[in-house]
Amino acid sequence: MTYETVIGVEVHAQLRTKSKMFCGCATTFGASANSQTCPVCLGLPGSLPVINRMAVEMAARAGLALNCTITANNQFARKNYFYPDLPKGYQISQYESPICQHGWIKIAGAEGTKRVRIRRAHLEEDAGKNVHETGTGGSRVDLNRAGTPLLEIVTEPDMQSADEVVSYLKGLRDILMYLEVCDGNMEEGNFRCEPNLSLRPVGQKEFGTKVELKNINSFKYVKDAVEYEIKRQTKVLRDGGRIYQETRLWNFERGETAVMRSKEEAHDYRYFPDPDLVPLKLEQAWVDGCRSSLPELPAVRMRRFVEKYGLPEYDGGVLTASRAMADYFEACVSQFNQPKTVSNWVMGELTRELNNSGTDIAASPVSPERLVDLLQMVDKGTISLKVARELFPELYTSGKSPEQIVQEKGLTQVSDEGALGTIIDEVLAKSPAQVAQFKEGKQQVLGFLVGQVMKASGGKANPGKVNALLRTKLVDSRTGLDA
Amino acid sequence: MSLHKLTLIDLQRKFAAGEVTATEIMRAYSLRISQVEPRVKAFVTQTREVACEQAEALDRKLKEWRKTMPLTGMPLAVKDNICTDGVPTTCSSRMLQNFVPPYDATVISKLRAQDYMLLGKTNLDEFAMGSSTENSAFGPSRNPWNLQCVPGGSSGGSAAAVAAEECVAALGSDTGGSIRQPAAFCGVVGLKPTYGRVSRYGLVAFASSLDQIGPITKNVSDAAFLLGAIAGHDPLDSTSIDRPVPDYLKALQKRDLKRLRVGVPVEFFAEGLDPEVDRAVRSAIEELSHLGAEVKEIRLPRTDAAVAVYYVVATAEASSNLARFDGVKFGFRAKETKDLLDLYIKTRQEGFGPEVKRRIMLGTYVLSAGYYDAYYGKAQAVRTLVCQDFEAAFKQVDVIVTPTTPTPAFKLGEKSEDPLQMYLSDVFTISVNLAGLPAISLPCGFSRAGVPIGLQLIGRAFEEETVLQAAHAYEQSAQWHQKKPTIR
Repeated sequence: MTYETVIGVEVHAQLRTKSKMFCGCATTFGASANSQTCPVCLGLPGSLPVINRMAVEMAARAGLALNCTITANNQFARKNYFYPDLPKGYQISQYESPICQHGWIKIAGAEGTKRVRIRRAHLEEDAGKNVHETGTGGSRVDLNRAGTPLLEIVTEPDMQSADEVVSYLKGLRDILMYLEVCDGNMEEGNFRCEPNLSLRPVGQKEFGTKVELKNINSFKYVKDAVEYEIKRQTKVLRDGGRIYQETRLWNFERGETAVMRSKEEAHDYRYFPDPDLVPLKLEQAWVDGCRSSLPELPAVRMRRFVEKYGLPEYDGGVLTASRAMADYFEACVSQFNQPKTVSNWVMGELTRELNNSGTDIAASPVSPERLVDLLQMVDKGTISLKVARELFPELYTSGKSPEQIVQEKGLTQVSDEGALGTIIDEVLAKSPAQVAQFKEGKQQVLGFLVGQVMKASGGKANPGKVNALLRTKLVDSRTGLDA
Repeated sequence: MSLHKLTLIDLQRKFAAGEVTATEIMRAYSLRISQVEPRVKAFVTQTREVACEQAEALDRKLKEWRKTMPLTGMPLAVKDNICTDGVPTTCSSRMLQNFVPPYDATVISKLRAQDYMLLGKTNLDEFAMGSSTENSAFGPSRNPWNLQCVPGGSSGGSAAAVAAEECVAALGSDTGGSIRQPAAFCGVVGLKPTYGRVSRYGLVAFASSLDQIGPITKNVSDAAFLLGAIAGHDPLDSTSIDRPVPDYLKALQKRDLKRLRVGVPVEFFAEGLDPEVDRAVRSAIEELSHLGAEVKEIRLPRTDAAVAVYYVVATAEASSNLARFDGVKFGFRAKETKDLLDLYIKTRQEGFGPEVKRRIMLGTYVLSAGYYDAYYGKAQAVRTLVCQDFEAAFKQVDVIVTPTTPTPAFKLGEKSEDPLQMYLSDVFTISVNLAGLPAISLPCGFSRAGVPIGLQLIGRAFEEETVLQAAHAYEQSAQWHQKKPTIR
């Protein structure tokens, strides 16, 4: 029997607010344990939550960018369970009225683009962290993260492969980063994803039993974990076994998933409206204000790149994959109006160096201005394209300006006709056979001769000039002979 | 005249005029407390030594520039479920026996900003769950009018302290009658403000949608005075309302009740009402009529459902509010536990008393999957009906008058074995919390056994002025507040 996979995804995106969801404490990552706490996020008796306005605004902006409806009457609810990292014994979340509902984003699917529907996105607070000390047998709790605002984004079960899941997650992450509402850093845990996955025989309408995957902190692991799980479930079903509803943890070292908890151990969270928070009403005018302040989103920007700059779709897609890269590209083009040239460099040399050094383009040591300087030197003929490519790694690592490197290395392109003439004369003298062929009308040998001149100049000769000079000299000599 | 016999307003006038010093006030109260506290047992924690030092420092400061605020130098007691920075806040629970909050409740910040004097933290039923203070982990307080009787609860310590003149006034909290019922039992004035009038920030939550802090005082003017000092919007409490605080004392200047329409709900004068209470309240209603009020019979037909609704809503919220007491971060932690679950179970088993456990279990049950709609959902729907009863009534009348409690103060141990009987002692006060309305209790007579009887006046939301004015007019005419207990 053949099976098809049905996948939905839950993402917890940490919102980039300065302060926590319900108190004024800072949200900075990596501060010393429990230094960013107050009576509210410690859950001290008598303390009360107050909704962070900026978190609501960021959630609404994200929802609008995900084509969601923004809920007018929001209610926060308490999700009750005991755990040491949960200071109040309940998490403040949204249950019946999530702030964003019924949205979608477009992703690249197996058969062209497809829509993944967003069921809901709701605001909630993060928990702290339990730190288990090996050897001492003790555990400690760090509540710095407790109360950090999260947007939990839940899709409909619209994906069918690991690639689609990755494509969805990348697209979602791009959007959130474009909006500057989330840092999108999976390793620091501010963009956490939990795919849930089931198999069903092709043609069957009912869903199979769903398994939730956790502990996935990179796109690679998303792909690995989902692919592993599809294989595992397929094998279980083919062998006549059954799938249990459970949560499984991805173990990247072993490259497999393992049971964390089964459905039977699931909590009864006893959700009820939080009486400490009055219903949050969002006026239509306020929502409209959020909508009008949305930046250009990746898909729209991609179309604009194609239309305005005449770039191939491929280039447009790559350049707009991150806001930082698109901004970098546009910063270059505004000073050097050859979009395709800039695109080649950004996607080629620059991306290669960034990848090699594991650097984000926003922190590129080669600024758009430096790159433009380099491109202009090629454009003016000061250096050849080949030299420019060769010196780029040094430009990237040394922090020197392209002019400085070119000067130090004596890489300036030779365009002086006198100097070039001397080299050409030498080459022609050494190549009587080719000269003769040219005179017989074999134009192709010109290429060979240009190559010889370039070689003799150590690559510094201006190829355009060489070409023109060679032609003149050969024709002249022919004319001379004729005369 | 001994300083401890003065009302808050009289003491304040003397102090502002420089006729007495803060040190003299503190000495007088210190003496009074040492005389009667061993019998009354109103306090969980006494802070008079620190207060005496503060009083001396205050006097030195005022010597240079005598600028006082309304509560400067005033010796107050605070219910021990209101957080006081650096002073233990136990909620009369073993769970918080050693808990010292690192912050002040908003009401305390307001009082501290005026240099008030904190005499101590008063006893209550554990986590404010109860009607007699018998649920305190540290033993019950006594009714100053009869030491064999309970002072009521849960703010029994505060009411007893005011009645015994161990403080000039006190703060209590009221979730289902916890200010008014003990005020009635102890023959003092207790005001539960409109929900949202006073910040709850720093009040250890029992039932968040019902809790409200309010004053317990010797007379109505003092209640108006103290309410003015603690009321107002608080950005730290989202349920507090941004609405100007009126001058409550000014409202008391009008002494007659002409054009005031007073409603008497028939449902409150039914079976189970003690005949002595019935008589005292009816004669108080006559007095209101003499003062010019137009008295009408009204109906609050859902009154009988209020207790049931309350014990679903309040316990549901409590079960969640008390989840934070898990032995991990603060308060009591059981010893010798083998794993996390064991830590939770033992800590909560040993840290909470029986009534608190009973309510946590009830609340957990009514919120659980499969029961939510039948209990919590239904209770919320009926709560709306209770509110509608009041809305309809307040179209016809300006104030509703009822007995505060069905009986006067009962004996220690009389009801502690029967939770349902205990719950019913709040039958007249509970619906007011469900509707979030302001209500006051003030003395309207005494039983033959010599314990006080309370009269409850209920007003429209944010119409504390009307309630206070009617209460004040009655008080000035009836003069019950002049009677003081002989503590023996």
